[in-house]
Amino acid sequence: MNMFVFILRRLFQTIPVMIGVTLAVFLMMHLIPGDAAKIMAGENANPDQIEQMRENLGLNDPLHIQYLRFVTNAVQGDLGNSIRTSRPVTEEIFSSRFAITVQLALIGTAAAVLLGLVAGIISATRKYSAADVGIMLVALLGLSLPNFWLGIMLIYLFSVNLGWLPVAGWGTWEHMILPAITLGTGGAAIIARMTRSSMLEVLNQDFIRTAYAKGVSDKVVIYKHALRNALIPVVTVVGLQFGGLLGGAVITETVFAINGLGRLIIDSIRAHDFPMVQGTILVCAVLFVLVNFLVDITYRLINKRIDLN
Amino acid sequence: MAKTVKILEVKGLRTSFFTDEGEVKAVDGVDFSLERGKTIGIVGESGSGKSITSLSILRLIEESTGRIVGGEIMFKGENLLQKSKKQMMAIRGNNISMIFQEPMTSLNPTLTCGEQIAESIRIHQKANRKEAWVKAVDMLRHVGIPSPEKRAKQYPFELSGGMRQRVMIAIALACNPELLIADEPTTALDVTIQAQILELIKKLQEEMGTSLMIITHDLGVVAEMCDKVAVMYCGKVVEYADVKTIFTNPKHPYTVGLLNSVPKHDQDYEGDLAVIPGAVPSPFNLPQGCRFAPRCPHARGICREELPELLDSADGDQVRCWIYSEKWEKQEEEVR
Ligand SMILES: Nc1ncnc2c1ncn2[C@@H]1O[C@H](COP(=O)(O)OP(=O)(O)OP(=O)(O)O)[C@@H](O)[C@H]1O
Ligand code: SF4
Ligand SMILES: [Mg+2]
Repeated sequence: MNMFVFILRRLFQTIPVMIGVTLAVFLMMHLIPGDAAKIMAGENANPDQIEQMRENLGLNDPLHIQYLRFVTNAVQGDLGNSIRTSRPVTEEIFSSRFAITVQLALIGTAAAVLLGLVAGIISATRKYSAADVGIMLVALLGLSLPNFWLGIMLIYLFSVNLGWLPVAGWGTWEHMILPAITLGTGGAAIIARMTRSSMLEVLNQDFIRTAYAKGVSDKVVIYKHALRNALIPVVTVVGLQFGGLLGGAVITETVFAINGLGRLIIDSIRAHDFPMVQGTILVCAVLFVLVNFLVDITYRLINKRIDLN
Repeated sequence: MAKTVKILEVKGLRTSFFTDEGEVKAVDGVDFSLERGKTIGIVGESGSGKSITSLSILRLIEESTGRIVGGEIMFKGENLLQKSKKQMMAIRGNNISMIFQEPMTSLNPTLTCGEQIAESIRIHQKANRKEAWVKAVDMLRHVGIPSPEKRAKQYPFELSGGMRQRVMIAIALACNPELLIADEPTTALDVTIQAQILELIKKLQEEMGTSLMIITHDLGVVAEMCDKVAVMYCGKVVEYADVKTIFTNPKHPYTVGLLNSVPKHDQDYEGDLAVIPGAVPSPFNLPQGCRFAPRCPHARGICREELPELLDSADGDQVRCWIYSEKWEKQEEEVR
């Protein structure tokens, strides 16, 4: 009942965010140095040809007209053509790269959630034990390791030295393990710490004592009564992690030579492929907004106590 | 004389917390007993160890930082302290149930009221999900909640404090326990609601034949509900007696002090309420002898040196005070 209103309202709230995102992407492309028309016209183009190209691209129109055109086209799924390949930007993004990056982010998130939750619960239920101290130390380490360094170390150990896993690429599950760990470690560390503190807080609450007084077993107290409540703040972190992983994917894809959106952005920037960069960033931003929207709804679903205001 | 069956007999119970500052002897020698179907009241100032005593009986202390370090808790002739964890789980919520002081925080916010009642039924009785739910709704009706079908599907935050305490009672009584422990069940509620909840507990107790242990600050509640009273001070029972004896012929100076601090109907109590002078000593700095000595108007030399034993009187009452021992007369009376 209220849920429907909540979703509508939340959907409504994404509109100004979307306008902001498109505006930011649009302005970024127009304010950075470099002349798109010059690049698109080619190395040997004369001023007339460049001017012609500028006219074709609509770069002579006032900015707000250009912006409106960009948005109208984008809504219809037209993000222009790539300068490098001349193929439509959307085609470049959605043929395989989008799926690969989303897959990578999902697997990374799954790794983060799985590792983080298990570690956090073990830590919380064995407070101050050797296991707890060990886990929290590793988590601290995991938080401070840069992705590229961790990725390279993992490749060095498991692929080069031990030869258990492929060095780079994408396709089979063996390809996914190291990137997932690389990408998921930071998140796992955050989720582990979050789960631990949240669990400890919940385990001290009165209703836990009520559950024990009913004859509920330790396991059920922890996994049903405590975890349910402890997860509420964790869900938000997981959602933000997933968004953050899209960014982390850029580095991870580069280290593991995976042809996803991250690498596409890097390659396109190198090639001064303006429409491609613009389109890819926009798609990533929209994805991020969408994920946050879903997180909010999930959060609301598991915590029915949150008021609409 | 037919020997009455004791449902609960607590003997020399001691429960401590081990903190960084040292051992807190929260319960340090508690003795009392309860006959089947009867009600005992535990009274005493804040911090005297009433809650820890009740949590010790269900062995819920083990889920926190405390430990039961001595004594016996005989329930129907069996020592609960010798039960395994599994056996205790089967007893909790089934043979012995508990209601807590804080209805606002004692229910799980993420489960519906019905689910929380049904959980207890599913643990202790062979009932499937549906049967347990039907029974849970029945229990809600039983504790006087209007439109129980609807309420069962609601979350605790949708209910008032009084309603939540009714839900707590429904959970506690769902499996028809032999002993119900109520730890200040009405302290957090409005005065009018307090009376209703006490009424409800009393009515259900009579219907179901439950034995009741009620913890309270309120001597009015004691007079209303109890058969026996145990007065606690600094982790010890200082007097255990019939409710009538407590009100008409209290023995322990602390009990007398408590009674004098209660406003009486026939007394003009504008400001001249006798309050026990002094404060409860810190658990880290307890007096060497009788713990009440620093505040006791009758204290003599022996009181400050030796802890008084629990003395039995002929009618089964007990008191922990030197006045009632043979040694007392040999003591010099002190001028105050
Ligand atoms: N977790 C704990 N750690 C250390 N000391 C504790 C802990 N819980 C209780 N205590 C101590 O145990 C003593 C008895 O506490 P208890 O809660 O039984 O008092 P009470 O008689 O129920 O008081 P109230 O009327 O305020 O509920 C107190 O002095 C308190 O300081
Ligand atoms: S033992 Fe002494 S100090 Fe303690 S209550 Fe009795 S008279 Fe008072
Ligand atoms: Mg208490």
